[in-house]
Parts: sequence; C-alpha cells; structure tokens
Amino acid sequence: MRARALPAPAGRGARLRLLPAVPLLTVAVLTVPVGAGLLGTALPAIGVMPALGHAAPGLGPFRDLFAWPGLADALRLSAVTGLAATALALAVTVAILASWSETRAFGAIRRALAPLLSVPHAAAAFGLAFLIAPSGWAMRALSPWATGMERPPDWLVVQDPWGLALIAGLVAKEVPFLLLMSIAALGQTDARRAATVARSLGHGREAGWLRAVFPRLYAQIRLPVYVVLAYSMTVVDVAAILGPTTPPPLSVQIVRWMNDPDLALRLRAAAGAVVQLALVAAALGLWRAGEAGVAALGRAWVRSGRRGPRGRGPAALSLALAGLAAGVVLAGLGVLALWSVAAFWAFPDAAPEALTLRSWARHGPELARLLATTGAIAGLAALAALVLAVGCLEAETRYGLSIRRGGLWILYAPLLVPQVAFLPGLQGAFLTAGTTPGLVAVTAAHLVFVFPYVFLSLGDPWRAWDARLATVARSLGAGTGGVLWRVRLPMLLGPALTAFAVGFAVSVGQYLPTLLVGGGRVATVTTEAVALAAGGDRRAIGVHALAQTGAALLPFALALALPRLVWRNRRGMQDA
Amino acid sequence: MIRTLPAALVALPGLALAEPDPADWDAVLEAARGQTVYWSAWGGSTATNDFIAWVGERVAEDHGVTVEHVKLADTADAVSRVLAEKSAGQDTGGAVDLIWINGENFAAMKEADLLFGPFAEDLPNWRYVDVEGKPVRTDFTVPTEGYESPWAAAQVVFMYDSADMEPLPSMAALLDWAKANPGRFTYPQPPDFLGATFLKQALYGLVDDPEVLLQPADEADYAAVTAPLWDFVEELTPHLWRQGRAYPQSGPRQLQLMADDEIDLAISFSPGEASAAIADFRLPDTVRTFVSEGGTIGNASFVAIPYNASAKAGAMVVANVLLSPEAQAHALDPEVLGYGTVLDMGKLPPAARARFEEVPLGVATLPPEALGPTLPEPHPSWMERIEADWIARFGTGD
Repeated sequence: MRARALPAPAGRGARLRLLPAVPLLTVAVLTVPVGAGLLGTALPAIGVMPALGHAAPGLGPFRDLFAWPGLADALRLSAVTGLAATALALAVTVAILASWSETRAFGAIRRALAPLLSVPHAAAAFGLAFLIAPSGWAMRALSPWATGMERPPDWLVVQDPWGLALIAGLVAKEVPFLLLMSIAALGQTDARRAATVARSLGHGREAGWLRAVFPRLYAQIRLPVYVVLAYSMTVVDVAAILGPTTPPPLSVQIVRWMNDPDLALRLRAAAGAVVQLALVAAALGLWRAGEAGVAALGRAWVRSGRRGPRGRGPAALSLALAGLAAGVVLAGLGVLALWSVAAFWAFPDAAPEALTLRSWARHGPELARLLATTGAIAGLAALAALVLAVGCLEAETRYGLSIRRGGLWILYAPLLVPQVAFLPGLQGAFLTAGTTPGLVAVTAAHLVFVFPYVFLSLGDPWRAWDARLATVARSLGAGTGGVLWRVRLPMLLGPALTAFAVGFAVSVGQYLPTLLVGGGRVATVTTEAVALAAGGDRRAIGVHALAQTGAALLPFALALALPRLVWRNRRGMQDA
Repeated sequence: MIRTLPAALVALPGLALAEPDPADWDAVLEAARGQTVYWSAWGGSTATNDFIAWVGERVAEDHGVTVEHVKLADTADAVSRVLAEKSAGQDTGGAVDLIWINGENFAAMKEADLLFGPFAEDLPNWRYVDVEGKPVRTDFTVPTEGYESPWAAAQVVFMYDSADMEPLPSMAALLDWAKANPGRFTYPQPPDFLGATFLKQALYGLVDDPEVLLQPADEADYAAVTAPLWDFVEELTPHLWRQGRAYPQSGPRQLQLMADDEIDLAISFSPGEASAAIADFRLPDTVRTFVSEGGTIGNASFVAIPYNASAKAGAMVVANVLLSPEAQAHALDPEVLGYGTVLDMGKLPPAARARFEEVPLGVATLPPEALGPTLPEPHPSWMERIEADWIARFGTGD
C-alpha cells in the first residue's frame, strides 16, 4: 500500500471511512489463497511434498523436467502459439475498429458479440475441430460429389505440429473479447472527435483512426491484451483439442503429469508450472518491448504526414476477417447444436441420418438445477469482484491509495500460473481454514479467478474518465459520494456491466476450482460438461455446450445493450 | 508420524471402533442407513452415468443410502482431493467416499497409505465372485489385499469395421494390413492407459516366452525382450493415422475417429463397448470385434474407499450392491453398459444365473467361449519402461 498522508475527511459516516481500507482488504482477502496456491506450486517444484514422503528440498524436479526430451518443443509451441494468437487477434480487432467503428455495420458486429463471447472456449474448439477436420463438416458438405471421397483423407489438419489450428481457434475466441474491451474503452477516448479531426486533415478512415484513436485506445486495453497473451500461452482445454500432441504445449503436458497415476510426477508438474510462469513473464516482456518498437515506428509514420492510398479494400478485408472469426465460432456452435439432436451421423453425410431428442431428454431435467447453481455462484462472485474493484479504484481516485506493483502481481498470479498446479495449494488453504465444502467456499474460490478479470476490465476505462467532469459536478454542489454515484458510475455503466459480464463468464467456465474446493458437493454446468467432454460423446458435449453458452449469454447481452438503452438520448455517450 | 498412525489406531481400541468393521455386516448396514456416499467416478460416458444413477436408486431403496455421483474428467482429480486433505491433516470427514479406480491409481494410493481397508473380501456378495477365473485379486499385478472391490471384468478386444476389413489373427497380420491400408489404424497416445495396453498386447504377441513379462523388467533382459516390439512399432508408425504425427488422446477420441470413418481398426478394453456404442449411435452398425490368437490381456474395474472417507459404511454397501447378481446382470446388458461380470456362474443360485442368461449379447459382442484365454497384465515395471521409451521415441517429435 502506498499510503499518502491524506487525512480522511472527518464526519462523513462509516461508509466513507471504510473506503480507504478497500485496496488493503482486497489484497489481504486475495493474498492468502493466492499465496497458498503459489506456495503449493513452488514447494513441490523444489521437491517438498510431505504427504508423499518428500521433505528435503532440492533441484530434483527441475533436473527431471529438463531431462524430458520434449521440453524444447513444448516451450517453443507455448511461446509461438501464444504470441501469434495474441498478435493476430489484436490485428483483426484493430482492423475491424479502424474500418467500421461508428458505421451502421458496427451495430451488427456489436450485436454479434454477446453470443460469440458466451460460447465456452472448449466448445468453440470442439466446433472448430469438427468444421475443419478431414472428416469434419466442411469435407462432409463437399463429399463425395465435389471431392470424390467416400472416406476422409488422412490429412494432418487438426493437431498439426505447428499449432496452426490452435492459433486459429484462439484468435476466433479472443477477437470478440478484445472487441468487447475496446468498445467499453472507446467511450473514454473521445474517438469520434479525434477521428473527425484526422479525416478533416485529409486522412482516410483507417489511416486516420490508426493515427488518432488507436494510441489512446491501446493504452486502455493493454492489460486485456496481456491477459489474452497469458491465457493463450497457458490454456489447456483448447490446446488439448486443437493443439499438437507429440509433444503438446507445456500447459497440456503439465496437466498430463499432474493427472498421472504416478504421484511423484506431480513434482515434475510443479517444476513445469514454475518454468511456464517464467515463460509467460518473458513473453510479456517481449511484448512490452514490441510495443515500444511499434510505438516508435508509429510516431515516425504519424510525423511523416503521408496520406496514403484510399479505398474500401482494407474495410472489406477486415470485415471478411471478422466474419470468418465470428463464422467459425457460430458455425461451431451450430454444429454442436446439430450433434445434440443427432442420431448416427456418418462420413460423408452432410447431416445426421435422423434427429432425436434423446440426448436432451437424458440431460435436460438435470440441466435446470445445474444452471441455477451455476448462475448463483457466478452472479455472487462477479458482484463481489465488481464491488471490490470499484472500491479499490475509488480509493485510488479519492485518496491516491493504489495497489502497488507487488500487490498487482499477487492479484494477477491466478491468471498466469497453470490452474492445475495452483489449485492443490489453494485447496489446501481452504481445508486448513476448515471451510465446509459447498457453495460459499466455491464462490470464494471463484472470486480469486474472477477478480483479476473484473479489475483489469474496469481499471483502464475508470482511470481514463475525464476528471474535469468531477470538478464540474463538485462546483455544482455534489459531494464526493455524489460524484461517484451520480456522475462517474452512470457514465461508466458500460465498462462496469462489461466487467461484471466478463467476471460472470469466467466464473461459469471454472472446472477444477469448483470440483476440488467444492469437494464434489457442488455440480455446475461446467463440471458436468468437462466430465462428459472427457468421454468425447459429441451429443452430450453439444447439449452442455449450449447450456454453458446460455448461462453466460444474458450478462453479455445486458452489458452490450443496456448502456445504449439508458443513454439513448445522450449523443456523447453512444460509444459507451 | 503418518506411517505409524495405523499402528496407533490398533493400539487404541476406542478409536479403532469408530471404523465400520465389514465382518460385522449388520452393523455396517445399520451405520450406512441415512449416509450420503459421494462416489467419484469418471463422468465421460452417459451410459456409465446412467448406470451409476441406477445403482443409486437401488441402494436408496434397499438400504437407505444416498449416492451422489461426483463426475470427474480424470480419476486423478479425486486422488488430488484426498492428497490435499492428507496434506492439510484432515484425516477424517474427507470429501470422497468411493472412487472408481484404475490399476495405476490404485497402486499409487495404496503405496501412499491413502486407502481404507481391507474390506472387499468381507462383503457378503464376495462369495459369488469368480476368484479363480477373473483377475479380481490383483490389479496390474499388485495384490489388491481387499483394499478395492471389483465390479466389472474387462478384456482387450479389437473393434473393426466389417464393411472394410476382416479380423486379424496376429500382430504380424495387423502390420501387413496397416501397410496395405495406410492411415486406417491408430491407438491412444501413451501414457494413455489404453494406448499403453496396445503396446503390452503387441509385446505379448511378439515375445517368445510371455512368462518373463510377469517378473520385474529389471530381472529380465529388457532390451532383448522388447527389441521385437520396437521393431514392430518402428515399422508400423509411418502407416498409422496421420503417419503417427498425431494420436487420439484417449479411448473415447479413438472411438470418435472410428465413427467418423477416419480409421477402421481400434483397440478396446471392453468386449461389450462396441455393441453399447452402436446402440447409442456412437459407432456404425457394421463394427464387430475380434481377439488375437493366443489370448488378450484382461483386468477388472474396481472401487476403493479413501482412508479418510466420511461414509465408509455406506461406501461398502454400494460396493456390495455392485457385486450383486442384479447389478452385474444389469451392467452386462449392452443396452446399459455391456460390461463383463466378475461373478462365477457356477456359484450363483439358479434364479440369479437365469438373469444372466436372459441378457442379450449385443450385435458386436463375442460370446464368452470365443473371447479366448485371458492374459495377465505384465508386471508394472514393464509398462513404466515401455511408456517412457515410447514417449522418448515417438511422443516428443521427429
């Protein structure tokens, strides 16, 4: 905590005096579980795991890890797929915004976001795999009449050794996330005026947007971009479906070791998790350096003042890319929906031989109960995270109390450390604290993973809010509370709802924390879906993927629609 | 300290009494009534999930025990929970009451003193179990010693698409067929259990003297014994699906490849799996099964109880119901699971035996007499070294 000597205003009531404590409280509440999780990763990595009879620290697990012949390839795969997916996703996002923000077509893009974001990563990956596999839908639609094939060809399309399918899957899912973050942030960039000025100076739409708006926007979505990078490098479920296997990316291999019946391999897994953390940190550093390079080039480009060619070529290309990314996810979801009602469906038939509601009849009655539990946990966890995040940010605004860099690393650690290695320690903390496994414990565990997303979704737009508005409000007689409740929060309705929706979706997607901390007492749509996915039954996967999508859809739809509805008569807020 | 704990329990009769004694079955039933058993079991199969729900109904009706199926993507998740509880010193009141466990996880948990028992051979229905003919007293050659109770018998079979090929009697025939039909066969990537089983089955088909496989690998000339296996795999790999550059990650994903007509031949550890999958639209109805000449590897599925389970009595009741003729015959039905029974028909009363005779075999299931001899699992040390060698040679890139 950086406590500047600002005395709390006297006589303002308990609520206000509580506020300066919120950042400290947040760090304290999250440090214990996160610290326990990190310790639970670090100790086995240096060979300490008393329950298995390993007590003496040593470098054995690391030696063991470095002796694994696939390590170099696994590291390369993690780094290359993560960096490539992030760069591509950002490029597509920027291209769409440059060409289409503030156009009529952008409304359609915005409306498509909620369903795209709600599709769970694993479900999108399943869908993509079934679209592009040699026995997938694309080939079925074309066979045998166009390809002449009665049997699927032996092509290595999915699980290719370069990770191309994995990169494609990640890009398709991350573009909507970055777009959502950008839309929430655009309201604080004064984008409309900047773009207008740039165009009045004779720049084309894209060139003007890139020069005038992008630098301001990127400053606000930098943290979400880092999250995309870290996520792409550590993701397990998508990589296990689309990624190569000989060897797999490091994250997948860590899960394999962790799940190996030979319990001693958990030490090697922990060492792998530490290496992965270092790899992610290195990649983030590399990205940072890249930012500086791009910024230098960009400044030179801006100064050059060249107007460049004009035309609708870039716009068409960016729309095609956006359509492709969206099409992949939506077609994947459509395929899963079709599988959920499919009887036998053989290659090369373009559709199942019959439709049946058997899978829905089997799983349907259970689903309603699971959805209620899922929604309750996600709603509570996201709300708690939002309250803490607003409290932290408001304390920063009023008292200059911000969470220091060390504290921030603690908060973001759950996003960077592989979950499977992190959870045994986290679980141990809950057990030692004597919590009864159940809804409350699970919600608390989810908060550890939900808070960083909510905090970073809200943080940049919050700080970018034009503080002169507060001055105006104060001069009109509003107190600090009035500024927050009547000016700032209403104006930041979009970012706040977006942060809540992201947090909600993150909570919906949690499998291991729910299972382990809940002790099997708490079943959600996701615990059910992941367990069934292990069996590869596409019908059951289809049913549960649709249920997961439905669970996350409402908050995203609200986050995208509500601010426009509330601010329909405020032209200056139409970007919010 | 932890190692001496069981001894301390024996020394303190008051404490020892807190544990239900399976020899006093009436007391177990008494203690079990009203308990809730959290049964951690792989949740990847709708058919298995439905069977577990059926078992739950039976024990609720007959014994007043509630079963909650904790659906796992991997048994290791249950092991993680028990391990974390032990690390945190929670030696009673654990979250896991019963685990559907495989041989490797069993060996690891038994080794780490994470299991309750012995209890299995005191269960009332143990008297029907085929202890001579079925591998129910060892699991991966590790003696079970009553720390886990069997509930299904399994044996390796090969599933093939009869529209495209004929049964293959030997590994040599399999290799010839693969060369003539490149890309039409694969196996789950070791260390996946089923993939490792394929390697062991191949080893059985290629060694001169299978007896050596029952001893620890260190006591034999490992390199010489496995040389024919590596020659075989080297020769086979370029003719596999995707030229061996990618593998299905699990048995179910291998099955999916067969349904998509990407492959024609796949290994299975359940003689009834093909029939059950056909009934469920998960395989084409042209799939049939065969076994290699000279026999195939057999083992059994077990349930075990963690040392700190909250509802040990209830868990034992569930284990006992799983061994009942009613449950065993239900599981045998290909419309339900198609799992083989661990019971000895000769030990059953006639009425119970009749239940089994009524169960249809299923379109793709071989009759028991056609399944051929059951081979024991090789000593685990073979599997460990073969897995490690396979990963080094084929699992980490070119």
